[in-house]
Amino acid sequence: MNKSYELFIGPNHPGIPGNFSLKIELEGDTVVSAKGDPGYLHRAFEKAMEGRYYIQNLALIPRICVPEPDINEAAYAMAVEDLMGVEIPERAKYIRTIVLELARVANYTMWLGGLAGTLGLYTLAQWSIGDRDYALDLFSDICGARVYHMYIWPGGVRRDLTPGWEDSVLSYIRYLKNRLIDYDNIFLKNVMFKYRTKGIAVVTKEQAIEWGATGPILKAAGVAQDVRKDDPYAAYEYLDFEIPTLTDGDSWSRAMIRRWELENSLNMIEQAIKKMPKKGPVCAKMPNPLKGYVPEGETYAKVESARGEHGFYMVSDGTGKPYRVAVRGASHTHMFTIAEKVLVGQRLADVSHTLVSLDICPPEIDR
Amino acid sequence: MNIKEYEKGSFLKPLASVKYLFKKPHTVRYPQEEKPVADRYRGLHINDLDKCIGCGNCRDICPCAAISMEDPSNVRPIDINKKGANPVRPKVDYGRCSFCALCVEMCPTGSLKMSKDLIYTSPDADAFAWIPREEQGREPGFVQDNEITPLMLEAEEMEELEPDVRKKSFEEMILGFSEEQARREAMRCLGCGICMQGCPAHMKIPEYIQAIFDGDNEKSVKYMLEDNVLPGICGRICTHRCQDDCVYQYRGDPIHIMWLKRFATDQLEDYKSVNIEKMPSTGKRVAVIGGGPSGLSAAYHLTTMGHSVTIYEQRSRAGGALATGIPLYRLPIYELDKEIGNIESMGVEIKLNTKIGEDVKFEDLLNEYDAVYLAIGLSYGRSINLKGEEHPNVVQAIDFLRQVKIEGRRDITKHVIVIGGGNVAMDVARTVARLQEINYGSKDTTVETVSLEDWDIMPASQEEIDGALEEGVIFNPAWGPNQVILDENGNIKGLEVKKVKHVFDENHRFNPAFYEDQKKIIYGDYIVESVGQMYNFSFIPEEMLNKLEFTPRRKVWVDEYGETSIPGVFAGGDIVETSRGDAISAIANGHRAAIGIDRYLHGKK
Repeated sequence: MNKSYELFIGPNHPGIPGNFSLKIELEGDTVVSAKGDPGYLHRAFEKAMEGRYYIQNLALIPRICVPEPDINEAAYAMAVEDLMGVEIPERAKYIRTIVLELARVANYTMWLGGLAGTLGLYTLAQWSIGDRDYALDLFSDICGARVYHMYIWPGGVRRDLTPGWEDSVLSYIRYLKNRLIDYDNIFLKNVMFKYRTKGIAVVTKEQAIEWGATGPILKAAGVAQDVRKDDPYAAYEYLDFEIPTLTDGDSWSRAMIRRWELENSLNMIEQAIKKMPKKGPVCAKMPNPLKGYVPEGETYAKVESARGEHGFYMVSDGTGKPYRVAVRGASHTHMFTIAEKVLVGQRLADVSHTLVSLDICPPEIDR
Repeated sequence: MNIKEYEKGSFLKPLASVKYLFKKPHTVRYPQEEKPVADRYRGLHINDLDKCIGCGNCRDICPCAAISMEDPSNVRPIDINKKGANPVRPKVDYGRCSFCALCVEMCPTGSLKMSKDLIYTSPDADAFAWIPREEQGREPGFVQDNEITPLMLEAEEMEELEPDVRKKSFEEMILGFSEEQARREAMRCLGCGICMQGCPAHMKIPEYIQAIFDGDNEKSVKYMLEDNVLPGICGRICTHRCQDDCVYQYRGDPIHIMWLKRFATDQLEDYKSVNIEKMPSTGKRVAVIGGGPSGLSAAYHLTTMGHSVTIYEQRSRAGGALATGIPLYRLPIYELDKEIGNIESMGVEIKLNTKIGEDVKFEDLLNEYDAVYLAIGLSYGRSINLKGEEHPNVVQAIDFLRQVKIEGRRDITKHVIVIGGGNVAMDVARTVARLQEINYGSKDTTVETVSLEDWDIMPASQEEIDGALEEGVIFNPAWGPNQVILDENGNIKGLEVKKVKHVFDENHRFNPAFYEDQKKIIYGDYIVESVGQMYNFSFIPEEMLNKLEFTPRRKVWVDEYGETSIPGVFAGGDIVETSRGDAISAIANGHRAAIGIDRYLHGKK
């Protein structure tokens, strides 16, 4: 008699973090093995980019990560700027920083809701998705779209901030900081949350380093590594911020790291708004996009996404279209080298929240 | 962040959220409540169909291939004859559109915008593609910004000699692009090809600009020679209607197409490697009367078609008005030699100093040759029947310019009056300014122009007017010449002029009227009349001239292939209706006539 059975957690399962599926083998309700099954989202982003002018990819790249599209725009723009040797204006650097951090805030609020949802507390999900919407409205004000901003582009940003936008951001931050107290009360300081996540899906420091983890997973295991600090881009070098670390490497620690970073991000936005030059160009003069040939060469541009290191490797053959673009999404590593291992031995009820706690973003896997 | 507090956990804290039971929810209850939409919202498109020129740049940049260019006449009639426009407008398929607004960024006219409206529902899948238009009543959202735009709105600066330097000699005043500048200017081109409509010769402008951008000047000149046998000359003196149509004009500076052409041709010593390939000889012979741009153009193309061509030119130099009329500072002799030399190198025979009617009889040409091309141009000055114009110091512009350009005349009097407000008048005035600088160091000298037209309707191009002003030419716009005033010794003292009431009457016809009581005298001792030119058909025998049909505007009537009412006699250049009085239209109708003559010789007619 077969002791184990296979369970398919499919793309429309409420416990899966996106358009993705998982085949798990269980004995009783203990996971014996887990296998990620991607492909539902595969739109050949990387291949499609080769057939388009550099600027046309602007419409494509944000779709590589829906909750936090701006990291793609920034990394892509940085790669093109690097190949072309373009230095972006100072104000554009700050605007990029603010936008990227705001996107991180939007991502973390949504993620918090996701985590609470998979643990059975939908109240927080409703709150945080609602609060994320205010961030989306802020994006909409400067770029005209809520989700796919297409705001950061090679040379700088697409439009200057609208008058009074900084004030709206600051008041949003004040609002969110107040709300975070309630978030903590209902969820993060809730003993139920502690009991459900403490000691679950542990990734130790050694494992995290060996498996190539980045972002909150690495920080939760005790390694203070962050692209914003190690290899500063945009205006991060001018900002004062700490990399939070914890040592346990379990689900709880990862949630705490994200909560911590969320607060850090809010503080960084405040700093950036204060330090930003009040006037000045926000976009460098760029060549005609239809003839804007990018010099031959290759480059790798990386940013710190909410999930870890997010990078664009780009090869140019000297024409108007990229020869090859490869996207390094943190979720790919986190799914196939980490999640598949740490899920083993977990109970079925913990599978969903483990995936969310590792923050698996399927579009980053299916590129 | 105090991590300890979180580590401890609490049973009671979650109860704090009970307070939300008594708070108003923050959701917007659509449709009872409206949520304000961002000013820059990227929603469904709006397009001003009258402003749009159908250039298709939105289609070219669209990453999703959502835009196609279609005839909008079934949704709304547009002016299909609009200058510098294609009679198509963008149609957006919202099943594909990603609302990135790159089309808006790339719209050179600024007609295409995005609206604040994103809501559209229909059970019909085909209903999600339409030609956006203003009548749909959407409120504009995301629009163009001239500061931040992927279009390169600013043109490269062209270096030219300073007015005080250039006045000292007849040296070419425009210095031309450097390689780097040319590449940058060529990079601006969007390749939409709207300019090709403006060019009478319909040159392959996007292609040759692309070749310049690619650094392949030979390929570029090859494209040019297909439609224009004098690209280097046109790169200097063309009336550049292409630039007037360039899509960049709406939001920035048009591309310097003309100077790009000059750059590419200047890089080539000769055109041997880029000439059109010659067809095998047909044994047919064609005579071309007049060695101007039209005659040269026809001769070149006929030669490539395998016919043998002889050009008869009455002056000592081929080139027509290019050789005799356009001053040296705009078109140097070496450029003429280079391009006319190229046409000769193709096997065209040019007989200089040969006047038809005197040296050779027109009837003989008709007998000797299989076809004759009349490209005599308007080589005689038009007189205005001014009282006192028989004085030897009252001359015609065309004669004056020829004397200075090819006969080496360098003398001039101190006070010169130029009658006319066109480009030829500017050429005369600026030539006089140079001669006066050379002879007198511009001390105590004047050159004044008198034109019927006021500033706003002056026919000369703005750059010529500006150049003349910089060189110290004094303008008297809206004054009409009345009579030449002579002093007691019979020398010219000045020109009496009267104020112009209007130049055109209510029917927009040329019919100047004057205020007879408002008169003034412009003092000067030399008068150049520059009010137009005319042709002279005296070399054609009477009975044959009677057979030659003319249009109501007294131009030679030709059919679509340039053939006149006399079989085997073709005409082109300034004497036909399609000419706009510039070199490029002469070159264009020369090419057209060459095709017509070829058809005629092959008996296709």
